[in-house]
Amino acid sequence: MSGDSAASAPGRTGARAGRPVGRKSAGSRWGRFLEGGLLHGGVQGSPVLRLLLRWVRRPLLPVMRLWRRNIQLKVVATTLLMSLGVVLLLGFVVIGQVRNGLLDAKVKASQSQATGGFAVAKQKADEAATGTTDDGTQGDGHSSQNVISWMSELVLSLSSGGQGAFDVVTLPADGNSGGGRGPRASGGVDPTVSVPDDLRARINGSVTAAQSYTRIIYKDTDKQPQPALVIGKRVNDPNGDPYELYYLFPLTQEEKSLSLVKGTLATAGLFVVVLLGAIAWLVVRQVVTPVRMAAGIAERLSAGRLQERMKVTGEDDIARLGEAFNKMAQNLQLKINQLEDLSRMQRRFVSDVSHELRTPLTTVRMAADVIHEAREDFDPVTARSAELLADQLDRFESLLADLLEISRFDAGAAALEAEPIDLREVVRRVVSGAEPLAERKGTRIRVVGDQQPVVAEADARRVERVLRNLVVNAVEHGEGRDVVVKLAAAGGAVAVAVRDYGVGLKPGEATRVFSRFWRADPARARTTGGTGLGLSIALEDARLHGGWLQAWGEPGGGSQFRLTLPRTADEPLRGSPIPLEPKDSRRNRGLDDAGLPRGGDKLATVPMQAGDRTAIPGRDGRDPIAARSAAVTPTADPTALPGSGARVVPRPASGARRPDTTSMSRPAAAPMDSAGNDTASSTDPEGAGAGEPKQQGEAFRGR
Amino acid sequence: MMSFMKGRVLVVDDDTALAEMLGIVLRGEGFEPSFVADGDKALAAFRETKPDLVLLDLMLPGRDGIEVCRLIRAESGVPIVMLTAKSDTVDVVVGLESGADDYIVKPFKPKELVARIRARLRRSEEPAPEQLAIGDLVIDVAGHSVKRDGQSIALTPLEFDLLVALARKPWQVFTREVLLEQVWGYRHAADTRLVNVHVQRLRSKVEKDPEKPEIVVTVRGVGYKAGPS
Repeated sequence: MSGDSAASAPGRTGARAGRPVGRKSAGSRWGRFLEGGLLHGGVQGSPVLRLLLRWVRRPLLPVMRLWRRNIQLKVVATTLLMSLGVVLLLGFVVIGQVRNGLLDAKVKASQSQATGGFAVAKQKADEAATGTTDDGTQGDGHSSQNVISWMSELVLSLSSGGQGAFDVVTLPADGNSGGGRGPRASGGVDPTVSVPDDLRARINGSVTAAQSYTRIIYKDTDKQPQPALVIGKRVNDPNGDPYELYYLFPLTQEEKSLSLVKGTLATAGLFVVVLLGAIAWLVVRQVVTPVRMAAGIAERLSAGRLQERMKVTGEDDIARLGEAFNKMAQNLQLKINQLEDLSRMQRRFVSDVSHELRTPLTTVRMAADVIHEAREDFDPVTARSAELLADQLDRFESLLADLLEISRFDAGAAALEAEPIDLREVVRRVVSGAEPLAERKGTRIRVVGDQQPVVAEADARRVERVLRNLVVNAVEHGEGRDVVVKLAAAGGAVAVAVRDYGVGLKPGEATRVFSRFWRADPARARTTGGTGLGLSIALEDARLHGGWLQAWGEPGGGSQFRLTLPRTADEPLRGSPIPLEPKDSRRNRGLDDAGLPRGGDKLATVPMQAGDRTAIPGRDGRDPIAARSAAVTPTADPTALPGSGARVVPRPASGARRPDTTSMSRPAAAPMDSAGNDTASSTDPEGAGAGEPKQQGEAFRGR
Repeated sequence: MMSFMKGRVLVVDDDTALAEMLGIVLRGEGFEPSFVADGDKALAAFRETKPDLVLLDLMLPGRDGIEVCRLIRAESGVPIVMLTAKSDTVDVVVGLESGADDYIVKPFKPKELVARIRARLRRSEEPAPEQLAIGDLVIDVAGHSVKRDGQSIALTPLEFDLLVALARKPWQVFTREVLLEQVWGYRHAADTRLVNVHVQRLRSKVEKDPEKPEIVVTVRGVGYKAGPS
């Protein structure tokens, strides 16, 4: 097929053949056609079909949109169509009735006229027959001559009785035109063509009269043919030979009346339809105008112009709608104002409390410092008290600061001052700030991925606060092992992950770490005296950026906290450049909790890990996008692939996933998924039996 | 050097306990504090004591701190350090825009306060005679004057320091953090809004058209640099 217009038919079949492959339920028929064409672009003729469809559809699109969007048009058009149908039906019924009425009268009159005529013809024939038998001597030639003139006379005399109301035609019976029985007609009627053949057949078949409708054709071609009723009968001439006698009653008058009625009805019908359309338009407008006004005002209300109201006139349903609408708007305005007042009061309160608390605290703080400075001159008990006082004031201060920060977030008073910053700078500052603590703990902080600038529109102060929190936490819980800070940028996102190899997190803790005042182990001594609000504030900071702060951890295997920020402030996040679960997690290394190599799936796991490790997170339904895209386009740096940030807290021990994970898993990831889970639970020594937290907990927070 | 550290400090604060405590700490560090508790009387006290530095609480009875700050700034370039309980954007920025050189958020440690005060008084230790040019401005560092076409422009000491810092290295782009360290004396990163606000104030005085700065040029995403001379 060459792709000319002739190819469109095969193209159609091509598209149709493609349909079963496409989604069956989705889309309209047209959509499926289009989809078929798009999915099977290789099929010859499909582009032509597509072009054709587009060409046909394009001019129709505005009309279709108008139709979809305009209820007035819909109602008016429907009314027009329906009233047109009703008027047509009515018209046909009425015209049928009128015609029947008109014709019934005419037929009855004509029948009696014709019956009379037939009787006269019979009588005349009888009379003439007696006359000829009286003569007796006349030969056949003479008699036929007589019959010819007799016939002519008969036609004349019969037709003269009607004064033009009917015409008379005689035709030879059985097609026998001999003996002077040629066709005759009065009034210039063409006798042979004006009488329908089937009527003639019927008459010849019986002795009774028969009737039919016909058109009178005149010999004079100037005269228009006329509709007529024809009644005929077989009658004998004076010689006793049969001939056909027809009465033709023109229906001109009736037809005129009928067309008059038709015309009147059509005009009336047209008027009715148009008027109904106009009425529908007016009526619908009455209803639609307030509805449109309500829609417009609702839009303005939602845009924040709370003082907008509908104009209400009258007391009908529309007015009630308007009143209800206005009442709703007023209540909304009231509530919103109340909430705004409340929020303002809350912020004001927080601000006031802040000031009121801070001023005396400043005095106490300074006094404590002065005492602390002079503690060497005191006795040991007082000196120690001075130390405790100073230390606890520090703690009190940071607690107060954190509380105020949180309440600012709660009041919605936190504002983002975003500008393009290089996260490497922030990380450098944070790391150098955490060095003293790291040295005390014997921890080394490594920074990975800082060769390239990692720039994002963010609030440097807040990002620094988040990262400081993460790094200090990692050092504090890292048990002296290395802490790795990893930076990456890809797509529309940048990410910083802080990995430690300390005690890690138990399943479920990954979500709880962000809770206010939550502590991993209440019994454990705190060295740096955090307030318990640090991660909550960090989470709020991330949220304020439209970013994510997520935690992952395995008991005894350390944890990773990942901050993902959109590259520009108004861009929504779709994924993170760093997978939440680090590649050196126990599971990714193919080990079980006891640190032993896994039996069954080791062979399957290790090559995947080596070649394409992003496929691993796909196993439990996470990062399916990464898994899929990795399978399609291998990239040099797997970390550059965006993770999905799916909200998952897998509990592989029970084999159950949270409901929302199922929606995230895709068919492509499913086989690996089930396989991974199966082997995991079967090779797990402690297994599902104890319900022991076997693996990682991880959490999604933010947004 | 220590002789410059001796300085008269006017403490404008309505909280008597805090004022007294401030007095104790300041005296301990060798300053001469004087006190006023009312915003309305602050200006009179300022004229009377002629302090080298003003410590100003933002929330005051009578005239509030912002207003007092504006009034003092209108007649003197003396360093003003705000004491504020609110680190919220608006309060701090409004305070800085009304002419304060620096701010310190309650509760603060005495050492922090003293360091901040010293940083603001430090500049008196200077300087060797030095002439700098930035744009069409001529800066006499020792004489503490900035002139355009012979017309001298009045700058506060802080604004002068900021301008000099930029003018000394016209080839260098200064990040806000670097400026905070060099001009304000912050060792650790602090609020970069300080820099933003003061650059705006400086521009409003030295630029012909502050909307299109030619003396202090913004380098987007990095910081500021001196315009070409």
